[in-house]
Amino acid sequence: MKNRSLISINDYSKEEYIKVLDIAEDFEKNPRQKILENHVIATLFFEPSTRTRLSFESAISQLGGKIIGFTDASSSSVSKGETLMDTIKTVANYSDLIVMRHPLDGSARWASEVAGIPIINAGDGANQHPTQCLLDMYSIRKTQGTLENIHIAFVGDLKYGRTVHSLVIAMSEFNATFHLVSPEELKLPSVIKKYIKDAGLKYHQYTDIENIMDKVDVLYMTRIQRERFADPMEYERVKNSYILKNNMLENSKPNMRILHPLPRVNEIEEAVDQNPKAYYFQQAKNGVFVREALIASILGLK
Amino acid sequence: MENTNEKELKVSALENGTVIDHIPSNRLFTALKILNFESSKNPVYFGTNMSSKKYGSKGIIKISDRYFGREEINKIALVAPTATLIEIKNYKVVSKYTVETPSEVQSFIKCFNPKCITNHQAVPTRFKVFIDDEGIIKLRCHYCEKTTTQENMVFI
Repeated sequence: MKNRSLISINDYSKEEYIKVLDIAEDFEKNPRQKILENHVIATLFFEPSTRTRLSFESAISQLGGKIIGFTDASSSSVSKGETLMDTIKTVANYSDLIVMRHPLDGSARWASEVAGIPIINAGDGANQHPTQCLLDMYSIRKTQGTLENIHIAFVGDLKYGRTVHSLVIAMSEFNATFHLVSPEELKLPSVIKKYIKDAGLKYHQYTDIENIMDKVDVLYMTRIQRERFADPMEYERVKNSYILKNNMLENSKPNMRILHPLPRVNEIEEAVDQNPKAYYFQQAKNGVFVREALIASILGLK
Repeated sequence: MENTNEKELKVSALENGTVIDHIPSNRLFTALKILNFESSKNPVYFGTNMSSKKYGSKGIIKISDRYFGREEINKIALVAPTATLIEIKNYKVVSKYTVETPSEVQSFIKCFNPKCITNHQAVPTRFKVFIDDEGIIKLRCHYCEKTTTQENMVFI
């Protein structure tokens, strides 16, 4: 992985992902290692994403690295009309690695072709967000002890949910069984289902969340956004049926854990946070270890 | 239709050059555009809605004193998968083959995704070409990873 960008979940092999997860496990035991003291890392956020940026910056800081960058495009030369290529080429002169978030699909791939230094994609529009996928995989492996043969449910917006698409693709490499729960208008796109089919795996589709509770090891919740619905009445009709409550978890398996990419709005009731099966805040914490592992691998330090 | 009194406009046989035959009639003008014949300095003859034993109707292009690399000519397979290419030297056919769908295309098709970086900045487009289970040609954008299908192809 040394000197290789991570733009899309398909860029690394299954073995390489497992290696990153293994390194992340070491960082979880010992997160503060001053291995980046001689490195400068740029975090370029052309659109704001506080959660992702802080997670990356925490990872870099805990490893002793220096951070340069900006937190939204209005405070950079982008607002003067500079092209992405020029911004990237310039910043590449000042840093060893660029972490970038950008509102346009494909921006990170383009940046990786002109930078001359590795790029980590921290989200390019609606396209990819591979470190989210890595931390989801890490969280699954940590809570289930394995990535193989997992029954995983995805609930909510499966049509537009970028994190869902990446994780479905990734878990298709590990013999997972997929339980897809969504309103009719937000079903998983057929291009993503094709990955499941091509791997010879099974998926089941539901509109009712209650159907899957006793079947799954991992319950991956997502937010349903009002603006996704052409018909506002339809949104009102479905929104409450995908809110997770403690009483719905009664028949769930003992090993079952609830994941969510966050931010949450109201799709998981706050009372569920106290449930031992709630794992989403720990999941966010795992993001720091995974990002430490990824940066260390790309810079050839681990 | 035989009328000996009517003046006939004859297109002379090529001495040297390329004939692109069996282009679907409704794709002839797109093919001319893709091959950038609009800016060609060589003599170009073309016709469409001509009768074809094989396809019922076809378009044909002849260009003098020009030959194409396979890469270049294969571009038109995206709109004219049935096209045949005939190379002529000294009035003789020296080679003849059917175009093949290229595995990758660059710079001449627009990405269908309005949020793709290639539609906002000066980034040359680049696609992997694949044919789905129903035989439809699809282009997967190297940048945004979205798919543009044959009916949505817009040529730059």
